[in-house]
Formats: sequence, C-alpha cells, structure tokens
Amino acid sequence: MSAISDTGTRRDTTFTFTIDGVEIRAQPGQTIMEAADDAGIYIPRLCDHEGLRHQGSCRVCTVKVGGRSVSACTQPANPGTNVESETPYLTKLRRDLVEMLFHEGNHLCPMCEASGNCELQAMAYRLDMTNPTKFPYLEPNRDLDASHPDIALDTNRCISCGRCIRASMDVDGKGLFGYVGRGIKRRVAVNGMDLAHTDAAVTDHAISAEVCPVGCIIRKREGFRIPIGEREFDKGLIGHEIEEKANA
Amino acid sequence: MPELRKARIATASLAGCFGCHMAILDIDERLIGLMGLVEFDRSPVNDIKKFTKRCDIGIIEGGCCNEENVHVLQDFRRNCDVLIALGQCAIMGGLPAMRNAVMHSENPLLECLEEAYISGRFIRNTTHQIPNDPALPLVLDKVYPLSEVVKIDYNIPGCAPTGDVIYSTLASLLAGKFRGFERELIKFD
Ligand code: SF4
Ligand code: SF4
Ligand code: FES
Repeated sequence: MSAISDTGTRRDTTFTFTIDGVEIRAQPGQTIMEAADDAGIYIPRLCDHEGLRHQGSCRVCTVKVGGRSVSACTQPANPGTNVESETPYLTKLRRDLVEMLFHEGNHLCPMCEASGNCELQAMAYRLDMTNPTKFPYLEPNRDLDASHPDIALDTNRCISCGRCIRASMDVDGKGLFGYVGRGIKRRVAVNGMDLAHTDAAVTDHAISAEVCPVGCIIRKREGFRIPIGEREFDKGLIGHEIEEKANA
Repeated sequence: MPELRKARIATASLAGCFGCHMAILDIDERLIGLMGLVEFDRSPVNDIKKFTKRCDIGIIEGGCCNEENVHVLQDFRRNCDVLIALGQCAIMGGLPAMRNAVMHSENPLLECLEEAYISGRFIRNTTHQIPNDPALPLVLDKVYPLSEVVKIDYNIPGCAPTGDVIYSTLASLLAGKFRGFERELIKFD
C-alpha cells in the first residue's frame, strides 16, 4: 500500500491495474512483478532476484497484457491495464519452460545437495510437474570445478539465469562470472582458468545460498547440514511468503 | 449386493535400490486398512515370481538398465490394468541414469563398463575382466525411464516417495477418484 495515498494533501501518483481481475495499486516505475509482490500476488520467476538488476531472460514470469506476452519482471505496470497470469495457457507455458530446463542440464534431484532448497525444483512442484516429459535429455558432461578450497561449481546444473553474474558484478564489484558461447551453447563460466585462479571468496554475495537458484554454485562442507525434508521448500511452496502478505 | 473382490496388486523392483518398496511400509498402520482392500499377486513382498492372475494395479520401482528389466516391465504391462511408476528412478531414470550423462564417447557402454571393472582408480578386480556370465542380463546402452518403454498410467514422485503420497494415491485410485497430487506432497527427494 502506498504511504502517500489517501492523505489528500500530497499529490497521489499511485495508480491501479488488475491481475487476473484483482485490482492492485502500483507506484510509478514499478514493474508488474514488483507491484504484484507488494499486493501479495506471486508470479513465478527464476532469473529475477530481489536486490539484483532485472534481466528478463528465463520467461517463467511471462504474463499477458492486452493479449501480448511480456515478462512481468521487466515490464512496467501501467494504469488501467488488465494483466493475465494464472491462466491455463500461461501455466502450461511456464511448466514447459521449467521442463526444458530439467532436460537441458543434469537434474537428478536425489543426488543433488541443493534438493529442497532449489528454486527450479520448487517451481516444478508449484507447477505440478510430476510426469516425465518427452523432450530429449541433453545430458551435458562439463567438468566439475572443485579447485577452490571453499567453493565448487557444477555447471551441469546451471540454468543460465545470470544471477551470479549480476551479483558479482553489481554487488561484489568483481565480475567473477560471465556468459560464454552463443545460442544453445551459451553457458556460464568463471573469469579465470578455474575458480582457484579467481578472487572468488565464499563470503561473496554471488556465492551466497540465495543467489544461485539451483545446485550449481556449491559452498563446500555445508551441503547436508540441514537434512532432506527440513529444507526451505519443504516448509512451503515457493512464493508462499509473498502470498501470505495478501492474507496478512 | 455381492461383496467386491479385493483389488489385486503386483509390484517389482527394476533398476532401483528397493527403497521405494521399503517406503510402502511407511504407510504405517494405515497398511492394515489398505490390506483389507487389496491382495498381493506377483511381488518381492511375498516372493511370488510369476503372475497367477490378471492384476488391477502394477507398481514398478526403478527404471530399465538391462534386458531383463524390459522383459519384466512388458510382462507387467500385459498383466496389469493400471501401471504405476513409483519413485524418481522409475519416472526419469534416477541415480542409475547418472551413467547416461557420462557416456558421450564412440563406444559409451564399453567405456562405462571398463571404468567400472578395469580402469577405475579404486577397482580391485583380480580377473581384470568385465563380467560376462551368460546368466547376467545384458546391460542396455543407457538407462531408460519406464515411460520410454511402455505406457505408464500414473507416476508417484519422490526418492523415495513418502508413505503419505503412496497411501493417498493408492487409496484414491482404489476409491476410483484419483485427481492428481496435493502440491505439498510433490517431492523429487
Ligand atoms: S539443481 Fe535443483 S532441479 Fe537440479 S538436480 Fe539439483 S535440486 Fe534438482
Ligand atoms: S551458476 Fe547459478 S546463478 Fe549463475 S547462471 Fe547458473 S544457475 Fe544462475
Ligand atoms: S523472472 Fe522474469 S524473465 Fe526470468
């Protein structure tokens, strides 16, 4: 809710628009997703992360505005528009995207230490992805980079969300990570021969548990401190904190 | 009204670790009620090795990593009205499917077996041979999820699935009203 609405004395610049028929209030300059978050409506997302610049690349947050597909994390909210989000079409599209990510990398959750804390897996749960899919598995076979004493990197699980790139560049001021290659070959690499030959530190924001949504950036000696079954998304579906705002 | 006969269930463990079968026991005391509704035909729990009758429900743990797995699976499909893939190995290959991703050479299966039995760093194999007894089922080129071999009607996720998700799926199937999973019960670990 805007702090300056209803005061009558200052000019109220907030405006309203609807998401799936629910009217919500937005501040000028907010994206659709930011306004939705404030209103307690969760729009699925993977590449967007609080505190990092928006990138708009995973398209899991796709919504329809006036019949056109846009990414909610980058599209500014506009007065009076009607946004569609939880429609069967968009839910199917989001599930297809998540399924393709599972096929693009090696996502054998039972052997992954991120299981239970992983946003990709949690998104699959939220989107009811229980059946096998018919896409081919790409089965990448990239080397594990365990050269650093405190950090390991298994890019076979990377979803190219770029969150580590933005965190390292914008928050840590280091530029540890970057994209290499093009098209389907595009992937994330470190700025050096391997992690040990960079200035990566386990205290970097880019290395922290919240930045990499999957089990690609691994902090050593931490993996199974919290047992399977008691992890973040065992406590609730992804997005529940945002949805609880609406009930508060 | 004539009393309904008990539903007949068959189970098998293919390329799995038997954990999903153990997970069936996690149904705990609800098993007693469930056993009032079902009887087991072919299954490792009673050691019946061949189908004695057509079954209503077949439950398969594990994917297909060898020839024998494929034959058992096809036998289940022929003899069961409804076939359930139980757990991640059955649904998507699971841990055994790790070998799919490391096999990118010209002769992937040979390379895999050589590493497992001959060249691996921690191998102690005094025969220096890949086991080739005719009784051993032939290993497939890769590990296949069940749905790539036969039609699967339902998939119960988890590694292993919880007693709750197994129970709620079986109970609702037996009552003829399975409507998918509660999201909170969906787990891949
Ligand atoms: S990164 Fe996530 S989706 Fe991939 S294997 Fe690990 S837990 Fe599963
Ligand atoms: S390493 Fe993690 S944070 Fe970086 S792009 Fe890959 S999935 Fe995203
Ligand atoms: S969250 Fe919007 S495109 Fe990824």
